[in-house]
Amino acid sequence: MEILGILIPVSLFLGLVGLLGFYWTLKKGMYEDPEGDSRRILQGDYDDKPKS
Amino acid sequence: MTDATSSLSACPACVAAPAAEARAQDAEAQARAAEGARIILSVPGAHCAACIGTIERDLERMPGVRSVRLNLTLKRLSVHADEGVEAAAVASRLEGLGYEAHELDSGTLSMTETDRQGRDLLMRLGVAGFAMMNVMLLSVAVWSGATDATRDLFHLVSALIAVPTVAFSGQPFFRSAIRALKAGRLNMDGPIALALVLTVAISLYETLNSGHHAYFEAVVMLTFFLLTGRYLDYRARALARSAAQELAALEVPRATRLQGGVETTVPVAELAAGDMVLVRPGGRVPVDGVVTEGRSEIDRSLLTGETLPAYAGEGTVVSAGEVNLTGPLTVRVTAAGKDTSLHRMADLVAMAESARNKYTTLADKAARAYAPTIPLLSLGAFVAWLWISGGDLRLSVNIAIATLIITCPCALGLAVPAVVTAASGRLFRKGLLIKDGTALERLAQVDTVVLDKTGTLTLGTPEPTNLDSHPEAAARVALALAQGSGHPLAQALTRALVARGLHPERLESVQEVPGYGVEGVWQGQRVQLGRADWVGAQALDCTAAYLALDGQTRAFTFADRLRPGAEELVAALKRQGKRVILLSGDVPAAVRDMAARLGIDDWQAEALPQDKAARIEALHAAGHRVLMIGDGLNDTVALTAAHVSVSPASALDAARAASDIVLLGRDIAPVADAVTTARAATRRIHENFWQSGIYNAIFVPIALFGLVTPLIAAAVMSLSSITVALNALRLK
Repeated sequence: MEILGILIPVSLFLGLVGLLGFYWTLKKGMYEDPEGDSRRILQGDYDDKPKS
Repeated sequence: MTDATSSLSACPACVAAPAAEARAQDAEAQARAAEGARIILSVPGAHCAACIGTIERDLERMPGVRSVRLNLTLKRLSVHADEGVEAAAVASRLEGLGYEAHELDSGTLSMTETDRQGRDLLMRLGVAGFAMMNVMLLSVAVWSGATDATRDLFHLVSALIAVPTVAFSGQPFFRSAIRALKAGRLNMDGPIALALVLTVAISLYETLNSGHHAYFEAVVMLTFFLLTGRYLDYRARALARSAAQELAALEVPRATRLQGGVETTVPVAELAAGDMVLVRPGGRVPVDGVVTEGRSEIDRSLLTGETLPAYAGEGTVVSAGEVNLTGPLTVRVTAAGKDTSLHRMADLVAMAESARNKYTTLADKAARAYAPTIPLLSLGAFVAWLWISGGDLRLSVNIAIATLIITCPCALGLAVPAVVTAASGRLFRKGLLIKDGTALERLAQVDTVVLDKTGTLTLGTPEPTNLDSHPEAAARVALALAQGSGHPLAQALTRALVARGLHPERLESVQEVPGYGVEGVWQGQRVQLGRADWVGAQALDCTAAYLALDGQTRAFTFADRLRPGAEELVAALKRQGKRVILLSGDVPAAVRDMAARLGIDDWQAEALPQDKAARIEALHAAGHRVLMIGDGLNDTVALTAAHVSVSPASALDAARAASDIVLLGRDIAPVADAVTTARAATRRIHENFWQSGIYNAIFVPIALFGLVTPLIAAAVMSLSSITVALNALRLK
């Protein structure tokens, strides 16, 4: 059971990383146009570099 | 003058002040030029990946445009361009690509505010979601049989995650509950806040005393699901609010001000009484005023529903919203901005709206019935078990908490927002914007539909109706004359005659007489095309242009072009068993023709705004629920009076403000779909209520008997929420 001492912090850390990732996407405004974004991936226009 | 001189001598700094001000203005202008302009357009027709590509690629090639981004969710195009790029130019370029576009006022669209609130809720939702997953991980271990120290440790770690999460994510509920309690009311958030706080407190107590059951996962899950409902609800309302702003912004008001012979384009807000304004043919009169120069005809159809243009000359009083047809007019402003008759009407509507009986939504009804039962039930469980167990406080509290969690209205909170979101999303794709969340419920109850004619069933563009009754020679003369004018009737006539393959006769000295018509010389004789009194003809009782030729007069009659989908709409409404009524401010002949064309038996012409409203109130008094579809200023009162109302995007802002649903596209047929969708949505909401009711009916007794474990609570909660959400998704 000593392994728990590692696993619990690890799982908490991973959860926190996910949360920070979510925060980042939110700040970057990635939920502003879900409809459009789902279509944009089908275009080849910005395959080389993303549109700012 | 004396004031200025005295202040001049009194304060030398004032002399420098104007110069400094000018410099500041200069710097400001430069900064603005460097920053460029942000133009926002509504593009209701955009719907696919190809649209994004076409629009963005094309506009980026436009000179002066820096960047373009089409938001497909909001169907809104934002263009970042150099100062001086006109929104109208961008819009017409879009029209050229085949997309309808309306300019929006970027100032009115305070997107940041709505964004901030939405992000705030989404963040709380995200935190609750991540906490839920992590706590669940630990809880599964406990449920699978972790005991003693391990269980206590897991509970402790769960508490470490859950307590801050509830404190952060639960804030919307706490705040709303406190606000309601302060006002002496009990809303749904009261029991929710109570459940959150009590459950956390008891679970903490149990954890510290190595108890078997802690409800941390349940409490975080509760927060997560309730926030989901709250967020959906918020989004629907935010969309509605931004729609309202969008509509207020649709007609960006600009005017051409004349100052000492110099024309400057200024926002209408900057105009003051006494200013001189130039209104070009085809332009909308931006202010209330008096014509001081020029002669023309004006189209009052948006204000009165009349399709016949009226004469305007020196001294004619014009109102904001009228359209100038033939000659340029110089108007002296008598009232601008907030004082115009347009705005006053909008204010009237706002007043009527606040007086409108507050509609009790299904959610309100459910909450009112349900909110008090939650705390009462768990209090009852507590007292009963205290008595049964002979004073076992810990057991009684635990059972009371289990009851509280089971009864907590997770599914109920999702029932309405999930359905409304699904339904309004579906209608938005069809080109209908729901401005008010309760509009769907009200739309479902409608049994009578009242339609306006001009601008609603018609597009407000005329088309000739009796070309066949004229000899070709006369038609060719008429064509030659019509080509010399920008009047809508003349242009319609030109289009129709050219489409028939006719060539114009050769005329000499063709000239337009603003306000009257066009005249010229054909084979040595004077020919005229214009108003009846000018050419000397007997005026008919419908829209017509009169041709004087060979001492004879001929009338070219016109009918308004039918809006696409108008026939389907009336047919579909009749199929649905709705009563359809046509109320118009136009002359009887035109209204009768339209009614016959669409198969409407019940019609009324020359209806004044009050008449329309009175008719609707009479229908309401007779127990009918009325859907009003209209666009003009003369419809606004009726739109407000009706149970639910729809207006096209081309309507005046007062009318759009008064209506619950706005038609973004040109086609009116989706309104019939909206009624069907609304009925389906209301059915789903009822089903959802029943579903969550059944869950409660099964599990509340189990909780009361003290048999609910945290595992069962979590399972029931997620199961009921998911079924409710899935049921709503069936609408898509």
